Amino acid sequence: MHGATRVGWAVAGATAIALVASACGGGGGGDAAGVVRASWGDPQNPLEPANTNEVQGGKVLDMIFRGLKHYDPKTAEAKNAVADKIETEDNQTFTITLKKGWKFSDGTDVTAHSFVDAWNYGALVTNKQIGSSFFQHIEGYDEVHPADEGAEPTAKTMSGLTVEDKYTFTVKLKEKFTLWPETLGYTAFAPLPKAFFDDHDAWLAKPVGNGPYKVDSYTRSQSMRLSKNEAYSGEEKVNNEGVELRVYTDNNTAYTDLQAGNIDIIDDVPASQLKNAERDLGGRYINQPAGIFQTINFPMYEGAWGSGRAKKVRQGISMAINRKEITEKIYFRTRTAASDFTSPVLQKAGGYKKGLCGDECTYDPGKAKELIEEGGGLPGGRMTLSSNVDTGSHRQWMDAVCNSINNALGRSNACTVNPVSTFPEYRSRVTAKRMKGPFRAGWQMDYPLIQNFLQPLYYTNASSNDSGYSSEKFDRLIDEANSAEDDEESLELYQEAEKVLSDDLPAIPLWYQNGTAGYSDRIDNVRLNPFSVPVYNEITVN
Amino acid sequence: MGRYVIRRLLQMIPVFIGTTFLIFVMVHALGDPVAALFGDRTPDPATAAQLRREFNLDKPMWQQYLLYMGKIFTGDFGTAFNGQPVTQLLAGALPISFRLMLVAMGFEIVLGITLGVISGLRKGGSMDTSVLLMTLVVIAIPTFVTGVLAQFLFGVKLGWIDPAVSPAARFDELLLPGLILALVSLAYITRLTRTSIAENARADYVRTAIAKGLPRRRITTHHLLRNSLIPVVTFLGTDVGSLMAGALVTERIFNIQGVGYQLYQGVLRQNSPTVVGFVTILVLVFLLANLLVDLLYAVLDPRIRYA
Repeated sequence: MHGATRVGWAVAGATAIALVASACGGGGGGDAAGVVRASWGDPQNPLEPANTNEVQGGKVLDMIFRGLKHYDPKTAEAKNAVADKIETEDNQTFTITLKKGWKFSDGTDVTAHSFVDAWNYGALVTNKQIGSSFFQHIEGYDEVHPADEGAEPTAKTMSGLTVEDKYTFTVKLKEKFTLWPETLGYTAFAPLPKAFFDDHDAWLAKPVGNGPYKVDSYTRSQSMRLSKNEAYSGEEKVNNEGVELRVYTDNNTAYTDLQAGNIDIIDDVPASQLKNAERDLGGRYINQPAGIFQTINFPMYEGAWGSGRAKKVRQGISMAINRKEITEKIYFRTRTAASDFTSPVLQKAGGYKKGLCGDECTYDPGKAKELIEEGGGLPGGRMTLSSNVDTGSHRQWMDAVCNSINNALGRSNACTVNPVSTFPEYRSRVTAKRMKGPFRAGWQMDYPLIQNFLQPLYYTNASSNDSGYSSEKFDRLIDEANSAEDDEESLELYQEAEKVLSDDLPAIPLWYQNGTAGYSDRIDNVRLNPFSVPVYNEITVN
Repeated sequence: MGRYVIRRLLQMIPVFIGTTFLIFVMVHALGDPVAALFGDRTPDPATAAQLRREFNLDKPMWQQYLLYMGKIFTGDFGTAFNGQPVTQLLAGALPISFRLMLVAMGFEIVLGITLGVISGLRKGGSMDTSVLLMTLVVIAIPTFVTGVLAQFLFGVKLGWIDPAVSPAARFDELLLPGLILALVSLAYITRLTRTSIAENARADYVRTAIAKGLPRRRITTHHLLRNSLIPVVTFLGTDVGSLMAGALVTERIFNIQGVGYQLYQGVLRQNSPTVVGFVTILVLVFLLANLLVDLLYAVLDPRIRYA
């Protein structure tokens, strides 16, 4: 009897001591003064400018690279970075002059070749860069990147790129594109040092760029340490000593670590904590629109949904959705009900126009029922709404949307949900155009331009035109906008094209997605840029 | 004995081939990994075709499997889509998971068997009842609940530990995650030991030992426990594999960069080389652990002999 009790106590005691002992050894050893400790996700692809299309890799590239242009973190305006001037007479051939004195962190100069070589590398199909298509406007792209599967490239470099001298190069586009210079802030257009081409593997292990930070050490799938790049020539100041990015697979753990004071900033508050975040973090919780847009798309390639008569049905469905309530109840205001096809991050000057979609995107269940009946009712009497359900609380909003539609129609089974278990499976169905009813689509902007919210998504046969939408009028307006003489005129034309969309409704705007972040009381001056990435260089450490 | 081991090792070959093939098929049934790389953007067909060729995804499945297995025997587990060789991922993740497993096993063996013996010897007593009740509670609550709760309590409220384990994953950092990982199995081991002890406590050889006047402690450890451990050891053996793989939940909660974590990442991103590589290693671990268990039987009970 006594023995047993003693053993029990001994075990309990040992456990307690062990737990206390482990407390002393905690930390990662990276708590250097002035360094911001930030959460990070493992980048999906190797860190190369043209091979990164997701936010985790993009956030690093944005810290270690500066391209010709850089987007203002507040206004989203494209400002010159390495470019001294970008001149054109016909909006098709651009002469780009670089500022002198920019250096990569390995000490080599940033020259015209740094850009031309990088772009040629990114476009060449055999380099398997996921972002190749960003170079598609440049003349000669089709030779280095033939569209057909398996076709071999007939050239290694694009004919549209010419180096004039050490700091000047010209770019000839396939056709006029007035806003093209403003796309150049995207990381795919970053310059690359010679080291990238000389020893690719070594470069990937420790990337070298020309941005405000430089990489000190990188352990894949664990962490990256960045320090202030003393040789940086850009205008922004770096207000801290460096940034330590720590990989978390689960943002819940990152959130817990933030609460425990082991990390300074997380840029994605977990869905399960949204309800408490404001209370837990006080004023240290950020929730603001980002350049991400969610829609319900219609399979315009299916006769029943794409016909002229079905237009009224599409409008009716749109009006039957109570967007405001869903963004508040399900997303705790981390989505903002959409009233146009772009994003508030563009701001008025960039083409965002609140309410542009008009009545079609306003909740009105009475009118919705009328319209759907006028349009001949739902095809086959009912509809199914599809989305992947592995992320993003998609299941919840789909149920809510269906409820909203069913209530408007006064039938309990008019709309049902078709959950697809994984994102890849879902996307392969969507891209193969095998959808039979409405389905979700999300779009994260590449650059803060109105064009990026319209052309890739709705232009005939565009790369991400999931609906299979095709409208002569829309295409013509986009073409005109792309080649308009000045920015203002082109903006108006884009908005006119947007009006065509809100009339045709190949896709229903749902909501703008917000970026969320939380930070510790150890740091100040935290904000998110239009891509919902923290502006690291502005952060100060107390 | 030697022949027995060889026979067992030979039996492993078809099991190994069968399981790896099943895993290979299942991972490929998940969807197109190349499409997933492009996110919301529709894959550019030319780039996608190049990637498919690189990862042999353009060939029929049986051919892909043969190519893959051929390479495995030369020690090449392929390359994950992020450009990292899978062997490098394995080298990083396996030692960490192994440490975590050792900690968990330690808790299972020490706590589980001790509690089991105590409650088995006092069957029906208040100690026994409370242990049974405790194990019931532990079994009923899913690991992610206990994990998150413990993490919040010890990491945030009390501040005794860091909620996330550092990349080095030292033993002292792994104590709490190890305990959480061990909990459910620990409860089973307690119950198994208890039943086994309670049964054997009335056996003839125990009565003889008592009659001989042996000290109580010696009877319990040398006679009673040794004979009662066979079912427990069987369970522990199968548990090695499930601990390595089952660490998926625990490793995610505590951000431990081990096998479970890499597997989770691999599945999330449809990264078939990672998933198949890791599961192949897990299959091997599982098979070897079971062989070890079978051999241990003979040590525990000399009447069991292998010809």
